[in-house]
Amino acid sequence: MALTLESELLVEDSDNERPKWDNKFQYLLSCIGFAVGLGNIWRFPYLCQTYGGGAFLIPYVIALIFEGIPLFHIELAIGQRLRKGSIGVWTAISPYLGGVGLGCFTVSFLVSLYYNTILMWVLWYFLNSFQHPLPWSSCPLALNRTGFVEECQSSGAVSYFWYRQTLNVTADINDSGAVQGRLLVCLAACWAVVYLCVIRGIESTGKVIYFTALFPYLILTVFLIRGLTLPGAKEGLVYLFTPNIQVLQNPRVWLDAATQIFFSLSLAFGGHIAFASYNPPRNDCEKDAVTIALVNSMTSLYASIAVFSVVGFKATNDYGHCLDRNILSLVNAFDLPDQSISRDDYAAVLSHLNATQPTRVAQLLLGSCRLEDFLDKSASGTGLAFIVFTEAILHMPGAPGWAVLFFGMLFTLGLSSMFGNMEGVITPLLDLGVLPRSVPKEVLTGLACLTCFLTALCFTLQSGNYWLEIFDNYAASLNLIVFAFFEVIGVVYVYGMKRFCDDVQWMTGRRPGLYWQVTWKLISPLLLLSIFVAYIALLARKPPSYRAWNPQYEQFPSRQEKLYPGWVQVTCVLLSFLPSLWVPAIALVQLFAQRRIQKQQDMDPQLQGGHAC
Amino acid sequence: MAKAALSGGWIFFPRLPCVFYWERMFWLLFFLVPAIHTQLCQPDGENAFKVRLSIKTALGDKSYVWDTNEEYLFRAMVAFAMRKVPNRETTDISHVLLCNVTKRVSFWFVVTDPLKNHTLPAAEVQSAIRMNRDRINNAFFLNDQTLEFLKIPSTLAPPSDPATPIWIIVFGVIFCIVIVAITLLILSGIRQRRRSNRGPSESLQILLFTQENGVHPIFFSAEASHSYQVLVK
Repeated sequence: MALTLESELLVEDSDNERPKWDNKFQYLLSCIGFAVGLGNIWRFPYLCQTYGGGAFLIPYVIALIFEGIPLFHIELAIGQRLRKGSIGVWTAISPYLGGVGLGCFTVSFLVSLYYNTILMWVLWYFLNSFQHPLPWSSCPLALNRTGFVEECQSSGAVSYFWYRQTLNVTADINDSGAVQGRLLVCLAACWAVVYLCVIRGIESTGKVIYFTALFPYLILTVFLIRGLTLPGAKEGLVYLFTPNIQVLQNPRVWLDAATQIFFSLSLAFGGHIAFASYNPPRNDCEKDAVTIALVNSMTSLYASIAVFSVVGFKATNDYGHCLDRNILSLVNAFDLPDQSISRDDYAAVLSHLNATQPTRVAQLLLGSCRLEDFLDKSASGTGLAFIVFTEAILHMPGAPGWAVLFFGMLFTLGLSSMFGNMEGVITPLLDLGVLPRSVPKEVLTGLACLTCFLTALCFTLQSGNYWLEIFDNYAASLNLIVFAFFEVIGVVYVYGMKRFCDDVQWMTGRRPGLYWQVTWKLISPLLLLSIFVAYIALLARKPPSYRAWNPQYEQFPSRQEKLYPGWVQVTCVLLSFLPSLWVPAIALVQLFAQRRIQKQQDMDPQLQGGHAC
Repeated sequence: MAKAALSGGWIFFPRLPCVFYWERMFWLLFFLVPAIHTQLCQPDGENAFKVRLSIKTALGDKSYVWDTNEEYLFRAMVAFAMRKVPNRETTDISHVLLCNVTKRVSFWFVVTDPLKNHTLPAAEVQSAIRMNRDRINNAFFLNDQTLEFLKIPSTLAPPSDPATPIWIIVFGVIFCIVIVAITLLILSGIRQRRRSNRGPSESLQILLFTQENGVHPIFFSAEASHSYQVLVK
């Protein structure tokens, strides 16, 4: 009884001033929008295809059940219970764990920087899609107008548009180059859009989320239908989903499945804690956690079907062009009538000519055309979106319309994830009371967005793409695993499993069952520890390198593999573990503060009774 | 054909009832001239150009058959192009020679001078063809890719660049909308705050705590956005 009254009091105190969701659907959409992001479109299909197709789903589902859903439930429950952002929650659980909150805040800030930079590129492509023919369909002419620009001729029009006309990338990370004006204005526009949406916290994001969370699903469905009706889609899907069980023996597969689940659900950012803190206190967070995690995984599968039907179409197209090029060489060299060799006859005619006139055929230097080679050329990340998919769109009838839809979908997907990132930054600042209460919330969000914009200007330099890869690979990965580990340990062992289960029972009406207790107490911490160790082993195995776009390279258009210079390697290492240092730092600060208060209390007995913070 | 003319000439020569030396010369030249003609046009010959047509690729079902009439038209177009060059206005169809026509369809051609004893320089022919390329293409319903003159590069059409790139226009529209929306939201927020500061009496919130001895009402003001709420335990 006393426990319940205490809980009610704790809730009423802050209830009046804390914003709330308009309805449950808004909250679910915000969490889904945060979890479903660009990675669902361009990372999961690539992993699925690389690691044996349908067989990859086995480690993926296992990771979801034993790591993803338990951690997610903890985050939602703790946020809903303690009704504060990440910093407040961890300080409330134990002052020694305040560093976890600060670390989550730092990582959210770093991720916001580079995530919005990707949206800047998406916006640039979106703006350029409103014309026919699309600018990446043909190379620009050289100065004497008898041929195309040489760099473009070797690399292809689509890659040229990405590396030269968008990024204007330098050949080396040391060479920073100048700030690109067109990217700068796109970045300003992106941050203006983000500010417009988060200007009043969840009051404003709650209205926009209906569009930004649901629009991608609509477009994904349209692309799915279009993709499945394209020729060659079947080959792409068969290639994607053909299971290869042998691949499961490679431990790398399990590591990648675990990390994919972890980052796909956006765990340990503090964003979900912030969203859950705006919930009414009695809300079934267990059902929410399972629902959102399942929706996220279903979206990944759905997206990979759409993506791979388009990739299959592109591969079939490229294979046809390869055959056509070889046929043309044969027809021209042997003076056969125009169009006398069809694609089906090619193999027979080639073997006949090889048997009768092998030297002449050898002189032609015909490349071999195999469909598997073209299907293998799939990519992940920005390579998939800005090179492979844009090229596939060129061959679809009505290309500008498809380009507009595709980049609009990517933009809204990324935007809804940005809301979660910004909540992970703004809610702790609000709870900490960084600015006096009289200052309106719009000012705080404005300052946060402005700071992020100014810091992200470094990504608009010509070497910005290389820096973004560094941030993407090192800023979030290790730190989030550390924070998630401390989250589980903090809730289960410091807050207390029994106390936590009582809270969950109060909120949902059911006590957490055996599955939850076993995963929280044992399986998830062990899994996180092993992922952490495996990740460090993987990173330390070879010196970090990057692939540079260098037109002077002998094997151009292949990208040149270069090692990071010393100072960049130092930056990578710092990015990897500096945010984690908040945890021991705050713990030590608290320890010294406690010792000082203890000493003061020992010296002056009248001061006893004041409780330690 | 050259060999036949030559050998034919020599075969006839001793048999001709030629009385005069001039007659013999005349008959010799009569058979040698076509021989020299065809020697002027040879694959990889001096000032010769190879042409390749891909009629079926360009026209599909509507493609025509390449026969001697089409060759005549081609020679006429080349002669037309040459007539536009200063000092070459008297070029005739018979000055354009074709040879080695294959089933591909491809062939070689040269343009000879009026005396038909040497070919015109390649540079002149090249510039003439380049100037009139689209007239020649149109005569055959083909384009630069399906009617190829090997060794004569075609001038590529300049891309249609509008004065303002389209992305700037779309960007301007989007950015203006966003800025206007932000301004409106900020202004409405300021107005809301001013209204709440002016009327505190409308926004009292009454919280009732049940304790062991009766009800203790506690008054405090909150933001105008919250309506009356009465919590009774």
